[in-house]
Amino acid sequence: MDLSAINPILFIAGFFVAATPLIFAAIGELVVERTGVLNLGVEGMMIIGAICGFATAVETGSPLLGFAAAAVGGAALSLLFAFLTQVMLANQVASGLALTLFGLGFSALLGQSYVGIKPPRMGDVNFGPLADIPVLGPILLSHDIIVYFGLALVVAVWAVLKYTRIGLTLRAVGENHDAAHALGFKVKRIRTLAIMFGGACAGMGGAYISLIRVPQWTEGMTAGIGWIALALVVFASWRPLRVLAGAYLFGGLVQLQLNLQGAGVAIPVEYLAMSPYVITIIVLVFLSRSRSAAPGSLGRIFHASS
Amino acid sequence: MTFTKRAAAKLLLGTALAASMGTSAFADGHAKTKVGFVYVGPIGDGGWTFEHDKGRLAVEKEFGDSVETVFVESVAEGPDSERVMTQMALDGAELIFTTSFGYMDPTINVAKKFPNVKFEHATGYKRADNVSTYSARFYEGRAIQGHIAGSMTKSNIIGYIGSYPIPEVIRGINSAFIHARKVNPDVQFKIVWAYTWFDPAKEADAAKVLIEQGADVVLQHTDSTAPQAAAQEAGNVITFGQASDMGQYAPFPRVSSIIDDWAPYYIARVQAVKDGTWSSTDTWDGIGAGMVGIGEISDAVPADVKEQALALKASLADGSYHAFTGPLNKQDGTAFLADGETADDGTLAGMNFYVEGIEGDIPQ
Amino acid sequence: MIALVKRPEASRAFSLAAPLLAVLATMVFGGLLFMALGKDPFEAITTIFWEPLFGEFAFFYRPQLLIKGAPLVLIAIGLSLGFKAGIWNIGAEGQYIMGALFGAGVGLAFYPIESAFIFPLMVIAGAFGGWIWAMIPAILRVKFGTNEILVSLMLVYVAEQFLASMSLGLLKNPEGFGFPGSRNLQQYASTHNADLIAGSGMHWGVVAAFIAVIFAYVLLARHRLGFAIRVTGDAPRAAAFSGVNPARLVLFCLGMSGLLAGLAGMFEVSGPAGQVTIDFNVGYGFTAIIVAFLGRLHPVGILFAGGLMALTYIGGDIAQSKMGLPAAAIQVFQGMLLFFLLAFDLFTNYRLKFGRTETA
Repeated sequence: MDLSAINPILFIAGFFVAATPLIFAAIGELVVERTGVLNLGVEGMMIIGAICGFATAVETGSPLLGFAAAAVGGAALSLLFAFLTQVMLANQVASGLALTLFGLGFSALLGQSYVGIKPPRMGDVNFGPLADIPVLGPILLSHDIIVYFGLALVVAVWAVLKYTRIGLTLRAVGENHDAAHALGFKVKRIRTLAIMFGGACAGMGGAYISLIRVPQWTEGMTAGIGWIALALVVFASWRPLRVLAGAYLFGGLVQLQLNLQGAGVAIPVEYLAMSPYVITIIVLVFLSRSRSAAPGSLGRIFHASS
Repeated sequence: MTFTKRAAAKLLLGTALAASMGTSAFADGHAKTKVGFVYVGPIGDGGWTFEHDKGRLAVEKEFGDSVETVFVESVAEGPDSERVMTQMALDGAELIFTTSFGYMDPTINVAKKFPNVKFEHATGYKRADNVSTYSARFYEGRAIQGHIAGSMTKSNIIGYIGSYPIPEVIRGINSAFIHARKVNPDVQFKIVWAYTWFDPAKEADAAKVLIEQGADVVLQHTDSTAPQAAAQEAGNVITFGQASDMGQYAPFPRVSSIIDDWAPYYIARVQAVKDGTWSSTDTWDGIGAGMVGIGEISDAVPADVKEQALALKASLADGSYHAFTGPLNKQDGTAFLADGETADDGTLAGMNFYVEGIEGDIPQ
Repeated sequence: MIALVKRPEASRAFSLAAPLLAVLATMVFGGLLFMALGKDPFEAITTIFWEPLFGEFAFFYRPQLLIKGAPLVLIAIGLSLGFKAGIWNIGAEGQYIMGALFGAGVGLAFYPIESAFIFPLMVIAGAFGGWIWAMIPAILRVKFGTNEILVSLMLVYVAEQFLASMSLGLLKNPEGFGFPGSRNLQQYASTHNADLIAGSGMHWGVVAAFIAVIFAYVLLARHRLGFAIRVTGDAPRAAAFSGVNPARLVLFCLGMSGLLAGLAGMFEVSGPAGQVTIDFNVGYGFTAIIVAFLGRLHPVGILFAGGLMALTYIGGDIAQSKMGLPAAAIQVFQGMLLFFLLAFDLFTNYRLKFGRTETA
């Protein structure tokens, strides 16, 4: 065993990359759930984003355009979910799962000709001399623009939910859609917009995997990250800043177990490999003492009976 | 009473199967030979299944209209695979390739029901009169990688990403390690097990971790290009393509590759069925027969190392050298192979120990 | 202007017609998809829906429908009890794995003794394995108020690691030349969950699935506990007033769904699958969630939904091999089918009203 092999600075810097797809997907889903809608189709929207982003980046040569396309692709797929749940009043759990199934299949069809291609590379942001600050420089200032965009997005969502009228509206719709309707809010329109926002975020999260973190296109490459993102929203008890903490915790645990393996720690590997999940449960048990309830009408169907 | 009922049902199924086989297998036997492929992943996985499907396409190209190929992708091991194989046999396939270790018992089960259909199971060890097995000696390619890695490393740390601790992977680690040590006695292996067959994000993380911990060569037994990208990012790390050439990362960081090339074998076996000369065999081919391809060694490799690597490749190909040649000890110091002795195929097939010098335990 | 008006009572006619309409719509849109992929849409649709039931080799495919559908129905029945009461077990996949591991573990512990007692013991062990795995989220929720969605999902990944560890370690076949995977239970008479009538597909898991359907039907329709489940789902406060103990309900619903998922895993590993391997689980636990909702959480509905899902899987594989359709196209097709089923369900409880209405 040789723990000195682990470089703490690089180790912590690695959190940012590992957590970014989770942050995007989770913050989008958080907004959706705050309006009272449970969309279990995150995995499907992520993978559609992954292929839309990848294909666009390859065709245009611009990763940024890729991210934009990923957002559009994810939002477009989420519209399907919005139509089912808001117009056709279908069950949200089943619709979300169906969306995942559909997304996985559809992305594979779209991506048939993109296997084995290298996408254009996205450079890191140049902070000039600031990046040379010891410790903080390599940890905080050595990433690509999407990492910072993700962080900004979380802060923005937090601020909007907490301080603005839009946030108030979103929360009102989520807590009690009948009351919100009585107050004159257009419940369905608001929810549809939130669902599209969630889709766009999940799409960008997927594109981060296919364009930066891996980067490659293969079928089913999101490999369950969408499910972790869903869990993260519950973990964060529907609060944006906690999403950040949760994503770093989870991403960090995965990094930690790989690092410990590399350093030859004598814990059986399979137990190391399951540790992120077990520790997440343990942390959750401690957190749940502070009972923070889910949005009041989460998962319930709204229909205005006039 | 129940017994007779059972017997009757069995009989019914038996005759039905036989009848259907009779019509399909023989009626159009002269026109087109139908060949089935059962894949464990999607053909778009860019790795294992992708390469098998290339083999299928090569069969189509070789035989043109005289052969029809069918395939089903992403077939789960267990009852699903058994159903898909049966369905292909019912539909008149005369030869069926089942391309995952987990298809072993299902293949044997279905083969019993269809004695006139030939089966080819990849990487397994159970055979029957109408079931052959085939596999590739990827460890020969690993020996070449180990040689290049050991020669080129400056940090003397070589990272290795494994999927699951199964004999196939352990054999590769041992082979690479033996040949890295041969040229560089100070070399150390850092092994990280992903515990997944397929999770590109995790493979990327594993590669980054190995690089952060000082590895300047990363070997992978996983199929994604994630480690190549991580190495490119780092700038001073070399990698090898796995399953496919991964030439898009050549000449650096990818300096060479191991390529699965099933085409020659598939073509030969289909030909044997057409000629009526097919018989049950156990094939374990390596570089010599062309089943294991070594991708071009790029110019990033020093000329003398490249020359030695090519010489090693030639000696492995013509059989004058075996990748597991003694003297070799097991990790615990007990003797494995005496001086000049080579490992037999049985030991290699079920290899579940590290050779001397590798640190750490194989997860159990 | 078209408006939706809630029906005073769910329409029986539409609850039957909706699935048929959905299948028809899927055929139309799925056909378009197949056409876009350059395949004959009529052939594709008949291959998926007709071939397994009435085609040349239906004698083989019909039993396969039972084999594929049984675990889905068994798990979905258990899940539906909890879902009705607002208790969300989405970790059935993990409970399915643990049931298989416990069942196979007990069976293999006896190897090579032959005895009629071994299989019943395995059934009990399998049920226990699934139950205990579901009790973790249940107890955490009751004791600490921890969200069961998250815990049960996380435990799926833990169970998958256990499965890998067992296939590579404790349960590895000692005569398997070092390869991963356990002994084949099909080749050990006392543990083999064989077809009750050879070639019929009717193994004990199928029997258990039918029993579970009847059990759930009786429970929900007649029993006090079934009443408690329905009330809790519809109106939690009213339930509390009427004396329902929420903690006990959580323990029962999660425990029951875990037990049934564990049984499904045990019957699968000892029968159709035969072996504990790294990739033993194929997603039944997640697909069953869809099946539960497709069946509108009603036992009989779940039975049909499970059959329909099984049909599309089997028909889909046939279409792949016969017509060269990619697996992804089948997945998209299944997704469409679910979309239409969910969408047309609307008309069971609502009707369209045409003409001028005041805006809602």
